[in-house]
Amino acid sequence: MIYTFCFYLFATVTVFSGIMVISSRNPVHSVLYLILAFFNSAGLFVMLGAEFVAMILVIVYVGAVAVLFIFVVMMLDIDYSEMRKGFQKYLPIGGLIGFLLLAELALVGMGWGLSGGVVTDPATAIPALTEMSNTEALGSLLYTKYVFLFQMAGLILLVAMIGAIVLTHRKRPGVKKQNINKQVMHRRSDAYEIVKVKPGQGI
Amino acid sequence: MMEIGLAHYLTVAAMLFTIGIFGIFLNRKNVIIILMSVELILLSVNINFVAFSSYLHDMVGQVFTMFILTVAAGEAAIGLAILVIYFRNRGSIAVEDIHLMKG
Repeated sequence: MIYTFCFYLFATVTVFSGIMVISSRNPVHSVLYLILAFFNSAGLFVMLGAEFVAMILVIVYVGAVAVLFIFVVMMLDIDYSEMRKGFQKYLPIGGLIGFLLLAELALVGMGWGLSGGVVTDPATAIPALTEMSNTEALGSLLYTKYVFLFQMAGLILLVAMIGAIVLTHRKRPGVKKQNINKQVMHRRSDAYEIVKVKPGQGI
Repeated sequence: MMEIGLAHYLTVAAMLFTIGIFGIFLNRKNVIIILMSVELILLSVNINFVAFSSYLHDMVGQVFTMFILTVAAGEAAIGLAILVIYFRNRGSIAVEDIHLMKG
């Protein structure tokens, strides 16, 4: 009973905040609703028995991605009301495509229900909670069978990090900076020169 | 009330996915909202993976969710970096203006 109640609570709030993300006027509110959606999906994940993924979702999405979004939204000085102009124009075509997609997904779900389910590989079955916890089970799979994929994920993050730094790094003109190489290479002869001036002649 | 099954979770994920697609079409001018809609779509995919993983008693779904999270984080970082330099160069982030590479 409590399970059913929690599911409907989390699911309703998730879908509601999803709608508010795309329809709220202020992008800051959109980001905050996105955070709400992530928290409630984390609740759904906990109900499904995937605690580690739920906590990672909160840490990575709310802690990193959503904060990044908030930074960018607040950093860019944009008139957002100007951007709402095409809202009515795109409503019918967007609604049509969204409805078509939802219908297709429903059809896929119904077809899957009729086909009677699938059989999975028992080699990667979820162990019982008395045997090992969710985190331990995930780690024992991630660091053995999927270790190369895990390394690849790390590489993807490295490339993303370097890419973001290279893209946003800029040299500003007119900023005074210390150039140690130039300072050390500086010689006495670069700074001044001794001119022998004969009396009464001038330079 | 009915017992909560796999279909319930799949329904939530399908609704979130549709909202994400709808958001891309609805906010054609605002790239930030489009990026957020992409995040919503990836979230719905994650819900699908974890739901299947739980109901089919297979751990691989949760492993794959981790990788999707990785890719989503990288995508958000790169996308926002591109957005910032685009705004720095052009002074706007309107999607209609982004056609400089059209031949």
